[in-house]
Amino acid sequence: MRAALTVLACCVPLAAQAHRAFIVPSETVLSATGWITVDAAISNDLFYFNHAPMRLDNVKVVGPDGAAVTPENVNTGKFRSTFDLNLATSGTYKVAMVNDALMAQYEGENGERKRWRGSPATLSELPANAKNLQVSQTQTRVETFVTAGKPNDAALKPTGSGLELVPVTHPNDLFAGEPATLGFTLDGKPAANLKVTVVPGASRYRNKQNETEMTTDAAGKVSVTFPDAGMYWLEASVQDDKPTVKPAKTRRASYVATFEVLPP
Amino acid sequence: MPFLLLRGTFAATTILLSSLSCAGELALAIEVPKLNVSEYHRPYVAVWVEREDQSVAANLSVWYDTASRKEGTKYLAELRQWWRRSGREQSFPIDGVTGPTKPTGVQQLRFTSAQKPLATLAAGKYQLVVEAARENGGREVVRIPFEWPAKGAQSLQVKGEHELGTVALNLTP
Repeated sequence: MRAALTVLACCVPLAAQAHRAFIVPSETVLSATGWITVDAAISNDLFYFNHAPMRLDNVKVVGPDGAAVTPENVNTGKFRSTFDLNLATSGTYKVAMVNDALMAQYEGENGERKRWRGSPATLSELPANAKNLQVSQTQTRVETFVTAGKPNDAALKPTGSGLELVPVTHPNDLFAGEPATLGFTLDGKPAANLKVTVVPGASRYRNKQNETEMTTDAAGKVSVTFPDAGMYWLEASVQDDKPTVKPAKTRRASYVATFEVLPP
Repeated sequence: MPFLLLRGTFAATTILLSSLSCAGELALAIEVPKLNVSEYHRPYVAVWVEREDQSVAANLSVWYDTASRKEGTKYLAELRQWWRRSGREQSFPIDGVTGPTKPTGVQQLRFTSAQKPLATLAAGKYQLVVEAARENGGREVVRIPFEWPAKGAQSLQVKGEHELGTVALNLTP
């Protein structure tokens, strides 16, 4: 089981070139209910908009009662997508872009190589007589968290599919120099031995990525001490042979989150 | 042996006296410094008693912009430590705790063990915490460790560096 979890050693040598997806809220800790605005992009630098906007089709916001909240004033520009959120009730909100993609390679009637990209919903597009069909699944989850008033946990419940964060320390309760415990699950079970990378924002103004790498324990947890206040980007991914849809045989599941760490 | 006896008598007298003179007092002098800045707004300030595990034992005073009904509370989270330890659990205004922001100068506060919130403060080690945050300005937290109830009259003080002047804590048993 553990051997099947091949942790991807991505991001290390190519960190400077890697395109990173992120969702950044205008504020993470609010005293009162009210509006915030949110940026979502895929960029080289954290957290600047210099590559591509994040598509918002699969963005879902979960409110403090566990119910969905509708993004407003949605716009996708050249470099970023933006939307506003009305935090109408006190508690914690989770903003998540959740993607479930399938990629297929197969041979057509005359043996020519064909490629297909889709989702579990569009699987029927694949011809029934596709030869040597190879399908792989990519589950992606990009998240951030915002709390108005008193934090709560209803929005933090994992869905049980793919790689997810199960916070032990509340994600809006992070302070520089204080250890925070983060838990991860893969399909709802503790993701042990998972490599987790944390990179501070404002990467444009330094010469190194300054990433921190950790590995989760048997319970799927890591302890992180953020050295300074600021925005941080966290990434973890696994490759395995446990896709959630047929006929996929392999899967890559990745998780990304943006956290704000406050000065003590 | 006579020495021990004397000590015992002394302690008993102290307890008797303190309960008669309605007990311990915690007096505070908090200096809101005059700052030479082009745009000055009075700071939001939170004053509380912190237990050793950093939980809040008592909220003493919180100053914010009480005049503007909605916008005033909006910035309370800028008092980050207080917000995290206590503020976010509250609804505003907090009776006997919150009040308007104060002008520059020394603000005097006085609490006695006969009244809330010190009446319920258990004996032990604490820190007095004063946190200030100013619009278009900075934020500062200062702490003064103390023991409650005080064993004798004590004057403790700490000096802020930019958002707070001298914070003086005077304890009377």
